[in-house]
Amino acid sequence: MSARRPVTVPLRVEPGSDLPPPERSAVLEAVQACGNLPGPLLPVLHAIQDRLGWVPPRAVPLIAFELNLSRAEVHGVLSFYHYFRESKPGRHVVYLCRAEACQAVGAGALEAHAKRRLGVDFHGTTADGRYTLEPVYCLGNCACGPSVLIDKELHAGVTPARFDELVAE
Amino acid sequence: MSTTVYVPRDATALALGAEAVATAIAAEAARRSLELRVVRNGSRGAFWLEPLVEVQTGNARVAYGPVRAGDVASLFDSGFLEGGKHRLGQGAVEAIPYLHKQLRLTMGRCGVIDPQSLADYQAHGGYAGLQAALAMDGAGIVKAVTDSGLRGRGGAAFPTGIKWRTVLETAAPQKYIVCNADEGDSGTFSDRLLMEGDPLCLIEGMTIAGLAVGATRGYIYLRCEYPHAHAALNAALAAARAAGFLGQSVAGSGRAFDLEVRLGAGAYICGEETSLLESLEGKRGQVRFKPPLPAIRGLFDSPTVVNNVITFASVPIVLARGAACYRDFGTGRSRGTLPVQLAGNIRRGGLVECAFGVPLRTLLEEFGGGSRTGRPVRAVQVGGPLGSYWPASKFDTPLDYEAFAQQGGMLGHGGIVVFDDTVDMAAQARYAFEFCALESCGKCTPCRIGSTRGVEVIDRLRAGDRPAQQEALLRDLCNTLTHGSLCALGGLTPLPVLSALEHFPEDFVKPKAAVAAGS
Ligand SMILES: Cc1cc2nc3c(=O)[nH]c(=O)nc-3n(C[C@H](O)[C@H](O)[C@H](O)COP(=O)(O)O)c2cc1C
Ligand code: SF4
Ligand code: FES
Repeated sequence: MSARRPVTVPLRVEPGSDLPPPERSAVLEAVQACGNLPGPLLPVLHAIQDRLGWVPPRAVPLIAFELNLSRAEVHGVLSFYHYFRESKPGRHVVYLCRAEACQAVGAGALEAHAKRRLGVDFHGTTADGRYTLEPVYCLGNCACGPSVLIDKELHAGVTPARFDELVAE
Repeated sequence: MSTTVYVPRDATALALGAEAVATAIAAEAARRSLELRVVRNGSRGAFWLEPLVEVQTGNARVAYGPVRAGDVASLFDSGFLEGGKHRLGQGAVEAIPYLHKQLRLTMGRCGVIDPQSLADYQAHGGYAGLQAALAMDGAGIVKAVTDSGLRGRGGAAFPTGIKWRTVLETAAPQKYIVCNADEGDSGTFSDRLLMEGDPLCLIEGMTIAGLAVGATRGYIYLRCEYPHAHAALNAALAAARAAGFLGQSVAGSGRAFDLEVRLGAGAYICGEETSLLESLEGKRGQVRFKPPLPAIRGLFDSPTVVNNVITFASVPIVLARGAACYRDFGTGRSRGTLPVQLAGNIRRGGLVECAFGVPLRTLLEEFGGGSRTGRPVRAVQVGGPLGSYWPASKFDTPLDYEAFAQQGGMLGHGGIVVFDDTVDMAAQARYAFEFCALESCGKCTPCRIGSTRGVEVIDRLRAGDRPAQQEALLRDLCNTLTHGSLCALGGLTPLPVLSALEHFPEDFVKPKAAVAAGS
């Protein structure tokens, strides 16, 4: 019988220890602020995205650990909701309304124009990292479309020419 | 004495430049050493006139609109602070026909008051409903709501009093009041308008609901696409709390009620009430099987009232003026008023609150003034993305839940989206499937997979590929969706699709020449 070989017991890595510091603190502060609410996951994800502009998938283990949820649960929620981003956006996010009331006043043409002008498809980010283009389904501005939301600023009656002005600003 | 000038902070008004107008007015006043007070009101809903600036003169509020920042200096030159004449002058705001002809019960304070001012709210009848409710027991409040005939304004039109009674009669240590402020339907903005223009009214309605059924906690589930409504609600909540209208002892009654706002995250299905509850609990927004009803086992397994914003906001006036006063308006089983939203390709888009019974045509023509482009109106979609597309032959249908259903449509949340004659109805039908595929919660196969198949079938139909077979397939698919879906997203997507096919079949046919050319 051969001598027993030594075994290596892997140390359990503390969740989140591998995260870049800004991401780690965004998660911990979000949990600090909202972790005690009943059903805290959505408020926590919102707080993280408000800080970072996205929810890095590598932060999922730490979020799960802090909220006492499984990683699968956190991932499941993160991927279910259109608003939560799992990739880093450009400096500004341009939300273009694609819904019926805006279609009735030219949202389709605006969409084609915006994609051409920015050189990206939906969910894409311009090469210079300035803009990410996202579809949105109604912004509650349906009497004065086509509607576009840039970051938190809403714009009404956006023609292709007006769109060019907005992204040139 | 300083003059009061009103400049809306409503999201649509802001999108049309209201912030720049407010800044310009303050700057111009300073330049001319004039004293004035700028109040940031909500919108009255005449969006075609926004930004609508109002000036408080001796006896009336005089309106000017639509005002751009560049018009401000000329307004001062014309003496608008005394109601002077100007090319943008609209006269006394209450006399503008679009507003004057409405019946404002639920939305009466929108655009009138400063939404952040509790004093303003109370000066305009605010919290009178709560005072009345505090003198009643739970059953009394529920009876008043039942007697008013109020039905849910979120879409399904379920009698509100009956829902409340179920929650009242279900004993539990904790009950909840949940407001559905997900307002996902395209063509709708009445919830937003109310939350931004009169948020205390929603808070009062939810507080009354809490007293009625014995719930001490409430949530407003707000879609995250509404940042301005979010800010307005939080400011109003703080004001109500500071004045003791929320908290451990509501208005000194010794009875507790408090509430908070939670944000959605861009999922249309989370407007469906059970999906909304899942989302509030921090889960994926998947639809629950019913029963149990949310009224019996809702949020965190507790009895829960879930109502739309407009439903809750209609409760204070019912309590303040009495059930009969509300019930006396309307027609058939549709009682009271409906805040209708005119959207899409319409000249005078905005909010029109009127008693049930008004014909669709009156809204489109008298209020709306026809299409924005000036071309003939070819189709309207009433009731959001799951509503039917109607041709002009149906425009005499009165606003009434039953009349709409009888015509194969639905009123839903009261959104009316107008299309002119350039619309391609096959493209609209295709979009209905596309939207269903995108927003499906994934629980039922017909909705999850069938919606994508629907897009493909319509594409083949439009390409002229064995059209008779495609149409049969399309109808079969719709039949499966109608009968094999757990909720109305899958169940009602056939409505826009089949109504487009029925009323506008010519759009689904590829011109013979194009078929022959093989393009
Ligand atoms: C797919 C789908 C989306 C819905 N979206 C909304 C919504 O955005 N707002 C709303 O109030 N009700 C919505 N509803 C209706 C709700 O399920 C529910 O009937 C309503 O919140 C009940 O309140 P009420 O009785 O006051 O209308 C939706 C239903 C379905 C099936
Ligand atoms: S019909 Fe669609 S959205 Fe509704 S429960 Fe089924 S899969 Fe979910
Ligand atoms: S449909 Fe575009 S804002 Fe409502």
